[in-house]
Amino acid sequence: MSTNLQTPKIKVRGLKKAFGNKVVLDGLDIDVMPGESVVIIGGSGTGKSVLLKCILGIIHPDAGSIEIDGEEVTRMSSRERERVMRKFGMLFQGGALFDSLRVWENVSFGLVQAQGMDRVQAKDIAIRKLAAVGLGPEVGELLPAELSGGMQKRVALARAIATEPDIILFDEPTTGLDPIMSDVINDLIVDCVKQLGATTLSITHDLASARKIAHRIAMIYNGKIIWSGPVSKIDYTGNAYVDQFIHGRAEGPIKVEVGAISDPLPGSRR
Amino acid sequence: MNFVAAIGRLLISFFQAVGRIAMFTGLALFHSLRPPFYPRLILRQMIDIGYYSLPVVGLTAIFTGMVLALQSYSGFARFSAESAVATVVVISITRELGPVLAALMVAGRIGASMAAEIGTMRVTEQIDALTTLSTNPYKYLVMPRLLAGLAMMPVLVLVADIIGVFGGYIIGVNKLGFNPAAYLKSTFEYLEFKDVFSGLVKASVFGFIITLMGCYHGYHSQRGAQGVGTATINAVVSALILILVFNYMITELFFAR
Repeated sequence: MSTNLQTPKIKVRGLKKAFGNKVVLDGLDIDVMPGESVVIIGGSGTGKSVLLKCILGIIHPDAGSIEIDGEEVTRMSSRERERVMRKFGMLFQGGALFDSLRVWENVSFGLVQAQGMDRVQAKDIAIRKLAAVGLGPEVGELLPAELSGGMQKRVALARAIATEPDIILFDEPTTGLDPIMSDVINDLIVDCVKQLGATTLSITHDLASARKIAHRIAMIYNGKIIWSGPVSKIDYTGNAYVDQFIHGRAEGPIKVEVGAISDPLPGSRR
Repeated sequence: MNFVAAIGRLLISFFQAVGRIAMFTGLALFHSLRPPFYPRLILRQMIDIGYYSLPVVGLTAIFTGMVLALQSYSGFARFSAESAVATVVVISITRELGPVLAALMVAGRIGASMAAEIGTMRVTEQIDALTTLSTNPYKYLVMPRLLAGLAMMPVLVLVADIIGVFGGYIIGVNKLGFNPAAYLKSTFEYLEFKDVFSGLVKASVFGFIITLMGCYHGYHSQRGAQGVGTATINAVVSALILILVFNYMITELFFAR
């Protein structure tokens, strides 16, 4: 496993974020070492998405530090931030494909817009990336609205890996897919990550997915990481919270807040 | 409920909104000065605003010109000043009705569609996706729209001016019995550069207001279909009100003695 001598790809310390009175992140710490694949599990509304958005700089944390390759990013200017963002690929929960652009334009968006590659060359790469996720070149000419949910996820994955990023973040990669398609996406994620040698941080509440793609699993509860360990240990943690979650029991130390706000409103950010 | 507290709360939320819009505008302008620029997107927005709004703006203008000729004729006939009809039509159209009515129509068309489009992008995380693909949403989404609004509204209004005057001419010549040459002569005789110019300045400001409100409310859209719906309403209503307010202020700037 990783040693302490290496600089973590992502190092989060004491991260805090509250929306109004609702504390979402409450001093969260996590490290992701180079080449490692970490999956964060946790219930809905426990701050998983907010953590990813803080790392991406879409939400500004109230306190704490985030280092990417040893560089503190929370206080960076937007231009510096853009430079760091080039190391990232992100797979959004709903795909977040640009619905006014064709599939191949979506996949090559990062190449054309951020790297200034010419469109002909970018289209070639887009078609290769589509092939890597099992989609034919004819799909490239379609609009995202013409695709099924599983295909949209694949296209989104192709877009996330198109710029061959160092770090890839996955936000609930299997949500909304049937079990078989979930497994296909999990396999694709494992393959793509292996090929790129990328570091990944995923959030999910799908344990089958977590077991498949993770080297290490961390459990988030009440805005903190309450347990973290290799995937092989997940069934023997001796942690009542983790046990309750992986067995999906309503009874246990985790109290489901009825009527809690599941996620902050997007309009309230910054 | 405490009445004073309610007023206070209203004032605070008003100034909060003003502050947020000012910051949004500042950021959009700041980002519009630095590359990358997106000429392709600017062109697409220009076509959307300038070209596709032509039918609705033209229709508005021609009927406005026609009704103006009819009304001013029947009004002026009470003190035998019928000969002023052409002048009244051209001055009202170029100074006020051309820019204001065109802007109101465009606010309904463009402001609503921008708020809905950007709002949907916000709700489906497409704006977040832009950021993660190293693309600044202010540069990619907001700036092309603001620029297109600023540039295309004067063109639209110039067309509306011509069509509106033509509408007045049709009624004046065919219905009210003016001599065509005399009508045209009195149309241009008292028309000043300032009449048209002030209208075009208004058009530019209105174009900026419409696109700014569309982008702002879409960008800050709340979740879900309802959030996007609210954003669209807010974009159109706030644009309409601001257009009327700024119309007065610009008129005062140009014509108050």
